Amino acid sequence: MLKRSFWKSLLLAVMIGGLAIAGTANAADMIKIGVAGPHTGGYAAFGEQFWRGAEQAAKDINTAGGINGKMIEVVKADDACEPKQAVSVANRLMDVDSVQAVAGHYCSSSTIPASEIYADADVLVMTPGSTNPKITERQMKGVFRMCGRDDQQGAVAANFIINNLKAKRVAVIHDKDSYGQGLADAMIDRMKALGVTEVLYEGLTRGEKDFNSLVTKVKSVKADALFFGGLHTEAGPLVRQLREQGITADFISGDAINSADFVTAAGGPKYVDGVYMTFGQDPLTLKTGRDVIETFRASGYEPEGYTLYAYATIQALTSAMDATNSTNLDKMADWLHGNSVNTVLGEKSWDSKGDLKVSDFVMYQWDAKGKFRQL
Amino acid sequence: MDIYILGQQLLNGLTLGSIYGLIAIGYTMVYGIIGMINFAHGDIYMISAYLTAIILSLIFSLGITSLPVVLLVTLFLAMAITGAYGWAIERVAYRPLRGSTRLAPLISAIGMSLVLQSYVQISQGARNQGVPILIDGVVRLGGEEQFVQITYIQILIVIASFIGMAALTYIILKTSLGRQCRATQQDRKMAAILGINTNRIISTVFVIGSSMAALAGVLVTLNYGSFDFFIGFVIGIKAFTAAVLGGIGSLPGAMLGGIVLGMAEGLFSGFVSSDYKDVFAFALLVLVLIFRPSGLLGKPEIEKV
Repeated sequence: MLKRSFWKSLLLAVMIGGLAIAGTANAADMIKIGVAGPHTGGYAAFGEQFWRGAEQAAKDINTAGGINGKMIEVVKADDACEPKQAVSVANRLMDVDSVQAVAGHYCSSSTIPASEIYADADVLVMTPGSTNPKITERQMKGVFRMCGRDDQQGAVAANFIINNLKAKRVAVIHDKDSYGQGLADAMIDRMKALGVTEVLYEGLTRGEKDFNSLVTKVKSVKADALFFGGLHTEAGPLVRQLREQGITADFISGDAINSADFVTAAGGPKYVDGVYMTFGQDPLTLKTGRDVIETFRASGYEPEGYTLYAYATIQALTSAMDATNSTNLDKMADWLHGNSVNTVLGEKSWDSKGDLKVSDFVMYQWDAKGKFRQL
Repeated sequence: MDIYILGQQLLNGLTLGSIYGLIAIGYTMVYGIIGMINFAHGDIYMISAYLTAIILSLIFSLGITSLPVVLLVTLFLAMAITGAYGWAIERVAYRPLRGSTRLAPLISAIGMSLVLQSYVQISQGARNQGVPILIDGVVRLGGEEQFVQITYIQILIVIASFIGMAALTYIILKTSLGRQCRATQQDRKMAAILGINTNRIISTVFVIGSSMAALAGVLVTLNYGSFDFFIGFVIGIKAFTAAVLGGIGSLPGAMLGGIVLGMAEGLFSGFVSSDYKDVFAFALLVLVLIFRPSGLLGKPEIEKV
């Protein structure tokens, strides 16, 4: 028995050693980019969007000859949208996979702690979809984003609610997470500047499906508009229960409900009819991405939500590697601050904080067929 | 205070509580007989939600549209298949550990919960899934502006949870199977010596517990209209809390615990703050356990010599 377990552990040791050797042998002619997002847990749909986009981008770049003759390899990392797990996968990407740049994460509450790990390892990170302002407000040189910020997004929503919808009694619900609450607070800031104070401010618990008592509370304050800061998994049941209880208040939410899954989460297109949301200029309408979008559609996948943002993130990271012929954080960051990149989302450039110079949040509205269009 | 709003919040609490109770019955049933907390119970509930969608699409593709037929066939098939899952899980994950330490099957149950989640995620995808609206309709009391409402499906959930509880209580107290269950619970070795096939009894308990989860799964899925592979987690914890609150091992206790928990959450989030409703619910649990350590309707455990 003892002997057998000895041989087993020896074999294991040899295998691990072999893996390590194989890893170093490859490192010279490969550039590894970590792609981090939720692949398990309730928000796995977004991780899939990231991965599809990043994988396709790497494939297209490799087909075109790679970066300075080196092939791109994307490494999947699962943070389950949990801050604790985000830190541990960030460590894994640094120590085990030794990636040279990271595209990730999805949830702002994951991106914030994980970016500290990347900074310690001098690795540049660009998030395709985390919109919390704090991410780029910490004076970290190697942190960029491919999307707008919640203060910009919240302001667009607040302007729309007050100026276009002419709402007087606005209820605000959030999901108690960095993203959701951050967005809700940003919206309220702008709304107060416009002279309107919210009539209700409540948090709900992520992962639950029954918000009936909250909905009844919205009814009791006689709100004429409801702003929700959170993800589609909660937005769907919330809007359904709102309509089921006969409340006709306008429903407005942010970029995280941009997924066909929002309609399924609500239990059918009739419940999402009339819902407003903020999102960047619809990438599916941009001319720059037409070929890429066609490639996705040909493979039977609709590049919705953040798929193209992840694609563009890989393009930006590799462009910086290509131009500087290195994966050094300082060189890449300096280059990104000073140059613009032609991505699938159009030409993008970054300010000194790492935010996009131009954010393009606009309003969308869902219809009774479960589709949305730009207003 | 607005009487309609109060009435609505009470009804919200009652329906939510019935859902908790319905799932808690399965927890409590298994615990009552073998003294093991089946942490995979929430995920068995999740499996039955997927089965509901699959069975419904099968029935619709056969062209059957009569509502009672659709509902009964779905319930029957979902409960049968989920029962089979329960049987298989007990066989694979718990039976080999019988007779080992108390913690081993507990850890195995947590492992099983992860296995089921990942299995569904890989085979069905991580995305949200939906079922069509099968039972549409609502009862409204009051005027045009002010009313208290409950949907048909919510009424069905409340009724089903009480019927489920009553039926199981009857089985345990009045039937031969129930007598064998109680004997197995009291002294497994002695029961075996007296000719009871205790392995089969324990399997049966798992099958019954799982089909109760399926009853909840079908009705709750039809109520919310959507589900994903992760729904079993939060509701599993809540149902477990309900079972402990009511006295784990007691069937009426599970029901009572569910309704108390649902009401507490509903009223607290409706009139105080929904941010802290879970804090309130668990504080309530702590309070109850301080004064009644075995729950509201639980019997104090007698130390066996």
